[in-house]
Amino acid sequence: MSEEHYLELCENPVQFEHASSVNNVFFDEANKQVFAVRSGGATGVVVKGPDDKSSVAFRMDDKGEVKCIKFSIGNKILAVQRTLKSVTKNASVLGFCWTNWNEIVFITDQGIEFYQVFPDKRSLKLLKSQSINVNWYQYCPETTVILLSTTVQGNVLQPFAFRNGTMCKMSKFEIELPVVPKPAKLSLSERDIAMATIYGQLFVMYLKHHSRTANSPSAEVVLYHLPREGACKKTHVLKLNTTGKFALNIVDNLVVVHHQSTQTSLIFDIKLKEPDSAVNMHQPVLPARSIHPYRIPLAGPAVVPSQPPVPCQLYSSSWSVFQPDIIISASEGYLWYLQVKLPPAVILLQDKGKLMDFLLRRRDCKMVILSVCSQSTGEKGSLPVVATVFDKLNQVYKEYLEAEQTYTAAMESGPSRGSAAQKRPVRTQAVIDQSDMYTHVLSSFTERKGVSHKFIIAVLMEYIRSLNQFQITVQHYLYELVIKTLVQHNLFYMLHQFLQYHVLSDSKPLACLLLSLESTYPPAHQLSLDMLKRLSTANDEIVEVLLSKQQVLGALRFIRSVGGHDNVSSRKFLDAARQTGDQMLFYTVFRSFQQRNQRLRGSPSFNPGEHCEEHVVHFKQLFGDQALMKPSTV
Amino acid sequence: MASGMQEKQYTPSLLNFFIYNPTFGPREGEEEKKILFYHPSDVEKNEKIRNVGLCEAIVQFTRTFCPTKPAKSLHTQKNRQFFFEPEDNFWIVMVVRNPMIEKPNKDGKPPTVEYQEEEILDTVYGAVVRECYSMYKLFNGTFGRAMEAGGVELLIQKLEKFFYRYLQTLHLQSCDLLDVFGGISFFPLDKMTYLKIQSFVNRVEESLSLIKYTAFLYNDQLIWSGLEQDDMRILYKYLTTSLFPRHSEPELAGRDSPLRPEVAGNLLHYGRFLTGPTNLKDPEAKFRFPKIFVSTEDGYEELHLIVYKAMSAAACFMISASVELTRDFCEQLDGLVGPQLTLLASDICEQFTVNRRISGPEKEPQFKFIYFNHMNLAEKSTIHMRKTASVCLTSVHPDLMKILGDINCDFARVDEDEEIIVKAMTDYWVVGKKSDQRELYVILNQKNANLIEVNEEVKRLLLQGIMTASA
Repeated sequence: MSEEHYLELCENPVQFEHASSVNNVFFDEANKQVFAVRSGGATGVVVKGPDDKSSVAFRMDDKGEVKCIKFSIGNKILAVQRTLKSVTKNASVLGFCWTNWNEIVFITDQGIEFYQVFPDKRSLKLLKSQSINVNWYQYCPETTVILLSTTVQGNVLQPFAFRNGTMCKMSKFEIELPVVPKPAKLSLSERDIAMATIYGQLFVMYLKHHSRTANSPSAEVVLYHLPREGACKKTHVLKLNTTGKFALNIVDNLVVVHHQSTQTSLIFDIKLKEPDSAVNMHQPVLPARSIHPYRIPLAGPAVVPSQPPVPCQLYSSSWSVFQPDIIISASEGYLWYLQVKLPPAVILLQDKGKLMDFLLRRRDCKMVILSVCSQSTGEKGSLPVVATVFDKLNQVYKEYLEAEQTYTAAMESGPSRGSAAQKRPVRTQAVIDQSDMYTHVLSSFTERKGVSHKFIIAVLMEYIRSLNQFQITVQHYLYELVIKTLVQHNLFYMLHQFLQYHVLSDSKPLACLLLSLESTYPPAHQLSLDMLKRLSTANDEIVEVLLSKQQVLGALRFIRSVGGHDNVSSRKFLDAARQTGDQMLFYTVFRSFQQRNQRLRGSPSFNPGEHCEEHVVHFKQLFGDQALMKPSTV
Repeated sequence: MASGMQEKQYTPSLLNFFIYNPTFGPREGEEEKKILFYHPSDVEKNEKIRNVGLCEAIVQFTRTFCPTKPAKSLHTQKNRQFFFEPEDNFWIVMVVRNPMIEKPNKDGKPPTVEYQEEEILDTVYGAVVRECYSMYKLFNGTFGRAMEAGGVELLIQKLEKFFYRYLQTLHLQSCDLLDVFGGISFFPLDKMTYLKIQSFVNRVEESLSLIKYTAFLYNDQLIWSGLEQDDMRILYKYLTTSLFPRHSEPELAGRDSPLRPEVAGNLLHYGRFLTGPTNLKDPEAKFRFPKIFVSTEDGYEELHLIVYKAMSAAACFMISASVELTRDFCEQLDGLVGPQLTLLASDICEQFTVNRRISGPEKEPQFKFIYFNHMNLAEKSTIHMRKTASVCLTSVHPDLMKILGDINCDFARVDEDEEIIVKAMTDYWVVGKKSDQRELYVILNQKNANLIEVNEEVKRLLLQGIMTASA
C-alpha cells in the first residue's frame, strides 16, 4: 500500500514560528514568503522564503494590529496594512498586491487603484484606477492577474492584467452557480475559486459543490480558460465523484483535489483525453490515495538525537492550501511544497498507453518511463503494448528533433529581423532518445535470461519500426544489437532478409560488422561489399576487403571503375599479388602499374616514394630484365 | 492436306522415371526387389529389370574413373538419362526423349525422324530430378524415414502415392535456366511496409504461440521467411507452381462480383484458408492440413502447413505436427489474422501502385534479363510470363533460352568472375555476366549494335542497380 501514495510533502519544509496569541503569521503568495510578526512587529518580524536568500528578520514600530504584510518583488519595499479603512476614501481596503518591485495595486470594496511607488520621495503616483463594487479578490502572481468578484451574487468575475505600468481590463465572465438564490445574496465564496497556470495557460478553477436541487450528485471542479485576449471559456470539468470539503493544488500541471473527510487526494490531467466521455469531462487519473505519511523531523538544539520523528497529521483542519503547490500548517509552523511521485502510477494505471501519456507530461519522468519500458519488455510483456509504448515515446522524441531542426535552420540562416527571439527548444525529460533506450532498456534486455530470443528480436524490430514510422534516423548501434542477437542464435537467414530489404540501413560500421561475420556466415561478405558500394564513400575499404581476399584483379577493376586508379598505392597491390603466389597475376599487376607510371610520368619506372624496389627485384628474378617495360622512346 | 506435308516438331518428353536401391535385391532372381517405383507402371517386368540393371552398370562403371563423382547423365541418340543418388544407395533415374522432327516422305513411306541430340541441357534436367526428390522430401521426409517407419512396403506406397500425381505435373518442354536456379522471387517493398509485416508476423506468433514459423508472400512473391533458405526454396516452389495456381481461378472469377467478406467481430475481412477447411462455418468441416518436413539443426521436423490468404497477401503458418489442430484454433486464427492481413494487403497494394506511378508507365524495354543471386536465391526474370499450374511461358525464342543455358554451364565450370557476349543467329545479342555469387543474363534486341555498344549498354543496366539494389 505504501508504494501507492503518489503525493508527498517535500522533505525540507520551510519552518517558522507557529501562530499564537503573540505571533501572527502571514503568507505572501507572490514571493512565497511566510511572515511571523511578533507583537505587531515590535519584538521582531521573521520572514522565511523558499530559500535562505529570501529570508529576512527585522523590527518595526508597533502601530496597531497588522492586517497584511508583503514585500515588493525582490524584497525592495515593504507594505503593511494595519486597518480596514483607507484614509482617503470611505472604502474598506480588501488588500493589496505588488505587481512589480515598485508597483502596487490596492483593492477596496469600491474598486482598484494602481500606483507607482517612489521610495526615495516616499510618495505614490496613481497610474490607473477603476470603480467597481468588489466582494473579494484573488491574485495570480505568476501572470500578475487580479480577479475581482462583483455583483450581488459575486459570480461575475472581472480579471485585470498588469504589466510594466499598465493595467488592462480583461473580459469579464460569469460562473454558473448550481442554484440561483432568491432573494439574491453573495453565493460564490472566495474559497471556491482559485487561479493557476496549467500547461502554460491561465485557468480559473471553480469548486462546484453538489446540490440536491440541481441534480448534481457529486461535486466537480470547473475550469475556465482565461486567455490574455479574448473571452474566457469554460473548458474542462473534473468529476470528483464525492461530496464534502475540498482544497485544490496544482503540481506538475496536474490538478490535485484534496478531500478532507476521507483524507485522500485525487489528481487530474486536463490533457488526458477520456475516450468515452463528453467533451473535456475528466475522471481522476488514479484512484484516490492519501498523501504519503509524513514525519516531522525534530530539528533545533533542543532535540535529543534519539527522539523519533513525530507523525504529522495530514489533511488537518489547520492546513491552509495556496496555489500552486503550497500547504501551510500555521499551528505547527511548517510550509510544504506538494510533490507528485510517479512510480506509484505505474502500479495503479494498468492501461500502458494512458500511463505513457500521463508520464510523458511530467517533469521528472525519465527514469520512470524507462522502467515502464523495461517492465513492458519483461516476462509478461506483450508486443502490442510494447508497440504502443514505443510509439508514444517516439512521438515526443520526434517533436523535439523537429523543433531542434527548425531552430538550427533558423540559426544558420542568420538572425532574422522579424523573429529575433528564436528560443532553443527545451529538452524535457520526456525526450527519450535512442541512446537512452539502448543504455537503460535494450542492451540489458537482450542479455536477460528467460526471455525467448523470438521476443527479443520482435521487440528490437518493433522499436526500429516505431522509429521509422516517425521518420527518425536509426542509430547504427541498434542495428548492431539486432545483428548480435541474430548471430547469437544462428539466425543468419533472418539477418540476410533484413539486409535485403534495407531494414538495417547502410553504414560503414555495419558493413565492417558484417565483414567480421564472414567466417561463420560466408554470404556476409557479399552483403558487406554491397553495402560499401551503395555508400559510395567507402572505395578504399572495398579495395582493402578485396585485397585481403586476394581478389587483386577484382580490386584493380573496381578502383578503375570508380576512377581512383591513378591515386592508389601500387605497393599495396603488388604486395597482395605477390602473396597469392600466382606469378602470372603478379606479372599482370606489375605491368599494369608500369603502364600507369608511363601514362602519369612518362616513364614506366616506380618512384622511390612508392617503395616498390623489392617488387622490381622480384619481377626481374621471375621474368628477367627484358620483361620490364621499357621507357617509350619518342 | 497441306499440313500432312509439313514437318512435325516434338518437344522433349518423359519416357521413364524410376527409383531403385541396388542393395535390396543383390542376388540373381531377386532383381525386381530393387525397384521401388517405376513409371510408366505398365512396362513389362523384365524390361524394368533390364533398364534398372543398365543404369546400375553405368554408374558402377563410371565410378571407376571418379569414385566421388559418379555419372550424372547418359546421352544417346534418342534420349537422355539422368542419375541422381539423393540418399545412400537410393537412385532416381529420369529418361527424357530428345526433341525430334518428323519429316514426311512421299509415296506413303514412313516419315523420317530426326533426333535433336544436343538440344536439351544436362543442368536443366539434372535440376528437375533433384527437385522431384526435394518435393517428395518436403511432404514425406526422407526415403530413410519411410524405411524406418514401415520398411520397404511403406516406402513403395509413399513413392507410388506421391509420384503418380507429381509426374503428371512435370512439364519437361518448358524447363529452362530458371529450373537450374530454383530461385525465389522477392517482392520489392519499402522499408516501412516491410517493418509492418514484420510486426504483424511477430504479433501473430506471439498470440498464437503454437505457430513455429511463418512465411509471408504477396503476389506470389516472397517477402518474409521464418524457414531456413533451402526449405523455403522448395516450399516456395510448391506454393507458386501448385497451390496458388489451383486457387487463383475462383479469385479471378470473383473480380466482377467481389468476394464476400467474412465478418470477425465488427471487422470485415477477406481472409480464407487455402489449406485445411474451405468453410469454417461448415459443421462438417475437417481441420486437417498438409504436413511438411523441414530441416532442423539435428535432423528434421514435421509440421502442419496452414496457408491463409487475404486478397494478394498470403501467410503460411507452420505448427508442429504433434499438435492436433482444432476448430477453435482455426477460428481464433481466422479472427486474428483475417482483418490484419486484409489491411496489410491493401497497404502493400497501395504502396505498389504508388511506386509504379512514380516509375512511370511501363515501356517495352530494349532488353530482357534474368538475374540470379546464389547467396539469397533471389531471382528476377523479365523473360518469363506469369507461371501457371500447367505451363511456364517465356517471351523469347527457345534458341535464345538454350544460349542462356549454355552460358550458365560455362560459368559453372570456373569459380572466377566472367563475362560472355554472344551474337545469336536471330540478330539478338546475349550477354552473360557472373560476378562473385551473382549471374546476370541480358538479351538485347539491337541488331545493328557492335560489341562495344553492347558492352556499354550492359554497363548502363548494371548502373541502374539490377545487381546491388534489393535482392
